Amino acid sequence: MHIVDGALSNPVVIGGAVAAVGGIALGLRALPLDRIPAAGVLSASFFVTSLIHVPVGPSSVHLILNGLAGLILGWAAFPALFVGLVLQAVFFGFGGLTVLGVNTVNIALAAVIVGLVFRPLILRGGPVWAGIWGGIGGACATALTTLFVALSLMFSGDEFLAVAHLVFVAHLPIMVIEGLLTGFAVLLARKVKPDLFLSMKEVEA
Amino acid sequence: MTHILSNTTAALPGDGTRRGPGPIAALDPRVRVVSSVAYGIFVVALDNLVALTAALALSLTLLALSRLPPGRTLKRVAMVDGFILFMLALLPFTVPGDPIFTLWGYPASWQGLARAVQIGLTANAVVLALITLVGTMEPVTLGHALYRLRTPETLVHLLMFTIRYVEVLRQEYLRLRAAMKVRGFRPSTSWHSYRSFGYLVGMMMVRAIERSERLLGAMKCRGFSGRIVLLQDFRTTRADALFALVLTGAFAALLTLELMLR
Repeated sequence: MHIVDGALSNPVVIGGAVAAVGGIALGLRALPLDRIPAAGVLSASFFVTSLIHVPVGPSSVHLILNGLAGLILGWAAFPALFVGLVLQAVFFGFGGLTVLGVNTVNIALAAVIVGLVFRPLILRGGPVWAGIWGGIGGACATALTTLFVALSLMFSGDEFLAVAHLVFVAHLPIMVIEGLLTGFAVLLARKVKPDLFLSMKEVEA
Repeated sequence: MTHILSNTTAALPGDGTRRGPGPIAALDPRVRVVSSVAYGIFVVALDNLVALTAALALSLTLLALSRLPPGRTLKRVAMVDGFILFMLALLPFTVPGDPIFTLWGYPASWQGLARAVQIGLTANAVVLALITLVGTMEPVTLGHALYRLRTPETLVHLLMFTIRYVEVLRQEYLRLRAAMKVRGFRPSTSWHSYRSFGYLVGMMMVRAIERSERLLGAMKCRGFSGRIVLLQDFRTTRADALFALVLTGAFAALLTLELMLR
């Protein structure tokens, strides 16, 4: 899902960087100072859970879980996922440096959109309905991210058209798995600790 | 990415106090951050394959100077290449140009191959420089350096908390996985397996938020009022000036190569 340095055209890289700065600024504004510890710990837990390998047939995939991040953090998912991407790039060499902006937007914008659309639905019904909506949200987040990745490749040149198609098709099973896991995670969290999904602002710290 | 989660090695290096040997570690962290960003932008702007090969050689020189274990680092970078390999392998077939050979009726072009090699060289040169210049830093030092480079305070705090808790939560994850294992859980492609993984993720989140509540309580009891004071200060030395000079020289040489061979 990470795009590397050197593949994208300059307008896409610059556009991505500008959009990422905007998103991070909005996310930070949505984050009061005494919610930073919560956002940081959650950001770390997303970092760790994204390293879990889930078996699919003979192979395995690792998770993105940006849908869950959006559901829990809302706009704050933008800086939180950015931090995760920075750490991955700097200490593990995943992704790249100049494409940090594009990668952040691809992953975090999908998270925020899913958070805005599905969080009200999750808070409304019972835990089972919350799990179902969460599952749909999780799958949507992966679908959106894949779509954004495909779009950033396509805007960079026609030669990436085939790659963009392939990226999308290859991620179809991942969407299903992300959806299932996010759904069950939401189901459990709604039963055990419902205020996990309240906006970072609303929770009384 | 399994190698990161092996039970023996920590997810992120260090505890914020150690300072490694070698000429790179002696440099001002701010200089290392700024120069790696400048290097990244510069290398991405290069097009010529010879210039890019020279850039990769420069990154390898940095790796040699950084005293990172070269074998392990290169293996890690090569593993990342594995992810993009399929994209690069497609490029010769999607870029029109002079054909090299035909595979199942699809011609592969020299131009596409050149584009693939170009992306491969760029990605590796930039990532290698980033790992050696910034990745050798203590994660906490990176936070302080970014703060001194006028990164918004909130973002730096978020980074610091993430750095601090990645290892803690990884240990928690390993405990939960061990608990699943002793109850006979074996991952497979099944409904039960996905449900268990989902609950695992959900439990991680619940525990994370509860941990953060305890954490905030502890911080408040020590007088936390919403602001953490970052005290670490950096000083540029003659070594930093020398490094900047050499790097600028290298940029000039790369640019000359690029322009001469255009």
